[in-house]
Amino acid sequence: MRNLLEVENLVVHFDTDGGLVEVLDDVNFTMRAGETLGLVGESGSGKSVSAIAVLGMIRRPGRILAGSIRFEGIDLLRLSEDEMRRYRGRRIAMIPQRYRTALNPVISAGRLISRLFEIHEGCSRAAASRRALELLDLVGVADPPRCMQQYPHQLSGGMCQRVMIAMALATSPRLLIADEPTTGLDVSIAARILELLRDLSKRTGTAILLITHDLGVVAQTCQRVAVMHAGQLVETAPVRELFRSPAHPYTRALVRSIPRIDVEVKLEPVPGTIPSLRHPPTGCRYRNRCPHAMEICQHDKPRQAAVGLDHEVSCFAFGEHCDAAA
Amino acid sequence: MTIDIARAAYADAPAATDTAFASFRRRLLRNKLSCVAFCTIVLLVVIAILAPWIAPFDPNEPDANAVLQPPSWAHVLGTDAYGRDELSRIIIASRVDLLVPFVSTLLALLIGSLIGALSGFRGGWVDQIVMRIVDAVMAFPAFVLAMGLTAAIGSSITNLILVIAVTQVPVYLRQLRAEMLREREMEYAQAAQTVGNPTWRIVFIHLFPNCFTPLIVQATLAMGYAVLTLAALSYIGLGIQPPDSEWGEMISEGASLMVTGQWWLSLFPGIAILVTVLIFNLVGDGLRDLLDPRMRGK
Amino acid sequence: MSFLFFVVRRLALLAPTLFGVSVIGFLLAYLLPGNPALVKAGPMATPQYVAEMKHKMGLDQPVYVQYKRYVTGLLHGDLGESSSTGRPVLVDFMQRLPATLELTVASLLLALLLGVPMGVLCAIHRDTVIDHFGRVFCVAGVAMPSFWSGLILIYVFFYLFGIAPAPLGRLGPGISPPVPITGLYTVDSLVSGNWRAFESSLAHLALPSLTLAISVIAPLTRMVRAAMLETLETDYIKAAWAFGLPRWLVIYGDALHNAIIPVVTALGVVFGFLMAGNAVVESVFGWPGIGNYAVKALMLKDPGPIQSFVLFVALMCIMVNLLVDLVYSLADPRIRIG
Repeated sequence: MRNLLEVENLVVHFDTDGGLVEVLDDVNFTMRAGETLGLVGESGSGKSVSAIAVLGMIRRPGRILAGSIRFEGIDLLRLSEDEMRRYRGRRIAMIPQRYRTALNPVISAGRLISRLFEIHEGCSRAAASRRALELLDLVGVADPPRCMQQYPHQLSGGMCQRVMIAMALATSPRLLIADEPTTGLDVSIAARILELLRDLSKRTGTAILLITHDLGVVAQTCQRVAVMHAGQLVETAPVRELFRSPAHPYTRALVRSIPRIDVEVKLEPVPGTIPSLRHPPTGCRYRNRCPHAMEICQHDKPRQAAVGLDHEVSCFAFGEHCDAAA
Repeated sequence: MTIDIARAAYADAPAATDTAFASFRRRLLRNKLSCVAFCTIVLLVVIAILAPWIAPFDPNEPDANAVLQPPSWAHVLGTDAYGRDELSRIIIASRVDLLVPFVSTLLALLIGSLIGALSGFRGGWVDQIVMRIVDAVMAFPAFVLAMGLTAAIGSSITNLILVIAVTQVPVYLRQLRAEMLREREMEYAQAAQTVGNPTWRIVFIHLFPNCFTPLIVQATLAMGYAVLTLAALSYIGLGIQPPDSEWGEMISEGASLMVTGQWWLSLFPGIAILVTVLIFNLVGDGLRDLLDPRMRGK
Repeated sequence: MSFLFFVVRRLALLAPTLFGVSVIGFLLAYLLPGNPALVKAGPMATPQYVAEMKHKMGLDQPVYVQYKRYVTGLLHGDLGESSSTGRPVLVDFMQRLPATLELTVASLLLALLLGVPMGVLCAIHRDTVIDHFGRVFCVAGVAMPSFWSGLILIYVFFYLFGIAPAPLGRLGPGISPPVPITGLYTVDSLVSGNWRAFESSLAHLALPSLTLAISVIAPLTRMVRAAMLETLETDYIKAAWAFGLPRWLVIYGDALHNAIIPVVTALGVVFGFLMAGNAVVESVFGWPGIGNYAVKALMLKDPGPIQSFVLFVALMCIMVNLLVDLVYSLADPRIRIG
C-alpha cells in the first residue's frame, strides 16, 4: 500500500535579521492513509514548520533548500502556486494553532464554513449552507442553527475550535494537520476535542498529523509518533512501543519526565536546553544534552535505522551504526 | 506564523555589537532621504536670512521695460505684471513664509502642551471643560477656522501668527494630555507626589521631558501645515497683503494669467511651497522612525 | 439593542460640542471683529447711521443677551444679510449649496476610487517600485497647495491641450441648467436625459474635483495601505490562504473588508479636509458654491457670509462624523452585536 505522505530529506532555512536559522535539517517521515501521526517536540523543534511546508506555505524569509514532500505520490514542492492551491483546504487541510484569531471577525461562523463548499465544490449557496449545518452537528456543536449566525467573538474557545475543525473537514481532506489543537482549552473540553478528532478520523478515513508538545495528548489520540528535536527527526514508532521502549536518548528523557501515578519513579527533566538554530551544533544536534554522546556524534549526522517493527531511530548509540554505504 | 517560529528558535542573545547607539546610527543612515531633507531646511533658513543680499534684483522695484517676461537669462524665473523679478520676490518671500509658520508652530506647541499637560495632570472637572472646548474647536476644519478668525481680527503678521497657532493648539493639547495621563500613573510620578513636590514641579521637571519626543515629530509635520495655511489664506486675500511678497499671494497674482499662458508666475512660488512642505514632512517622518520605536521599546 | 444605546449615547455627547460651536461662531461674528456695526454699515456711513446700526444689531446690550439673540437667530435660519448681494445670507447659501455639495461628493468619490486601490496595491506589492511610486505620490500630494495644483491642471488641460473647458463655472456658455431635482447638475441632467447639459457639467466638474481629490488622496492611501498591511499579517488571513481560498477573495474580500473599517472612521476627517479645501478650489475654478461666495463677499468687505460659512461647515462636519460613526458601527459586527 502506497504511503499517503512521504517527507524526504526536507531542509528549510530562514533568513532573518539576526542571521540564517536552520529550522529543519534533513527531516524524514511518512504517513499512511487514515492513520493519526503525532509530531512531538519542544517549542522550536520545527514541528509547525514541517506542517507549513506540507501545505506549501513557506514564504520569505523562509525557503526550502532540499527535499521532497510526496502526497499521494506527487511531489508538492514541484507544483506551481495555482496547482498547490487546489490541494489546500481540499485534500490537505490545517487547523491552525491560534484558532481564535484564525477566524475572520466580520464573517459569521456559518458563512466561514459554507463558502468553502461553494469555492471548492461549486455548491449552490443553499446547499452549502445545509452542508455547513450538518458539519457543525458532526463536530458536536450544541445548537448548530444558532452557531451558524454567530460571529467569532461570540463563540467560546471550544466552539471556535469546533468551527475550525468543521472548516478543515468541509471538503473531506485526505490529510488533516492539527497544530496544537488543545492549547488554551480547558482540560475536559480538550479531552472532548481529541475524542472528536479520533472519532472523525475513524469515520471519514482522514489521516491526521497531530502536532503537539504534550506526550499525554499523543498517548490518547495517536497511533504512531514522530519525535523532533532542534529541527531533526530523531525517532518514529507506534505509540505503545514508544512509551514502552523508547530508543533515542531524547525520547527516553521525555518519557522519563512524565509524572506517573501507577509507579513511584524519580521525575527527571530533560537535561540542557534546546540548542540555537542559528549556530546549530554539527552532527547530531542532541549531542550537547546527551549522556551517551560519542566522538562520531560530533561530525556525522545519524541516519534513520530500524530498531523494531515500524520503529526507527536516528542515533549512533541506539540505532544501527550506519556505514558510508547508501 | 513562520517568522514567529523562527524567532522562537533563537536561544542565544543578540550579537555583542548590537548596542542601542549602534542600532540608532544604523537607522539614521537608513533614512538618507530625511538627512538630505534636513540639510535642505538648513539651506532654506540660510537663504531666508541672507535674502536681501542674495536676491539678484530689488524685489519691490518695478521695471516698466520688463513686464511679464518669461524666464530668461536676465530674469531666471521671469517677471510679473509690474516688471518685478520673480526670483528675487520668491527669495524675499521665504522670510515671511518661514518665519510666520515657525513662530506660530512654536507658540502652538508651547501653549498647547502647557494647557494639555496641566489639564491632563489635574483631571477632574477642569480637564472635562478643557476637553469640551477642544472638541468644539476641533469640530471646525482647521483652515476654515483660520479663515473665520482672520476675517474677524484682520491680517497683520501678528494676527496671522496667532490665528495659525490657535488652530494648531488642540493637536498638541490632546497629545500632551494623553501622554500626561499615562505618565501620571507611573511609579516615579507617584513617588514625586508623595515626597511633596508642588504640581508645577512634577509636571515640568519630572514628567515633561518624557513627553517631549512625539512633540518634536508633531511640530515638524505641523510646520508644513502652517506654511500651506499661510499660503492658502494669502491666496484668498486673507493673509499677507500686497505689496509684501508671500508665495501664496504671488500665486494669486499669477492666477488670472495662467489661463492666458503666463505660467511662470504661479508655478515657481508653488514649487517653493511644495519643496518647503515636503522637506519638513520628510524630516518629520524620519524623526518619527528614529525616535518612536526607541521610546516605545522595540 | 446595544446599537440603539450606542446611537443615543453618541447624540448625547454631541450637545456640549454644539454649544461650543455656537459660542465660537458667536465669537467670530460678534465679539472678535473690532466694530461689527461699522463694518456692516459700510465705509461711507455717517457716525449716526453707525450708531443706529449698532443698536439694530443689539451691540449695546450685554454679551449673554447678544449671544441669545444670535442663537435664536440661527435656529430660525437667520444668518444675517449680505451687503454685497443685499439678500439674506441663508437664501444665498441655499442657492449655492448644491454646487458645493456636487463638488465635495464628486471629489470624495474620486479620492476613494483612486486612493483605495492605490493603497491596496501598495500594500500587496510592499517595498517594490509600485509601493515607492505610491509613497512619492502621497508625500507630494500632501505637500502641494490645492490652489496651485488646480492652476497647473488648468494650464495643462485647458491652455495647453484644450481638453478641459474654461474654468468659469459649472456649465459651458449657452447651455442652460437641467431640470432641478437634486440641484446637482450631473445627476439632474442624467436623470432627465439632457445629454448636452450632462456632458458639459461633467466636463466642468472634472478638474475642480480632481484638484480637491488630490489634496485628500494622500492620507487616504496611506491609511488604506497601513490597514491592509496589518490585516494581511493576521492569523485569519493566513488561515484563509491555508484553506485554499482564491487570491482575489482573500485580498479584496476578506482582507479589504477588515482593512476598510478603520478607513471608514477616517472618512469623517477626510470630509473635513474636503470642506476646508472647498473655498480655495471654488475660487480657483470660479465654481459658484458657498465657499466662493464667502470669499468674494470678504473681498467686498462683507464679513457676514464668511462667518456663516465657517459655522455652516462646522455643523456639516459634525453631522457627517456622526453619520460615519453610525455606518462604522453597522459595518463591524463586534460593535453591532457586542
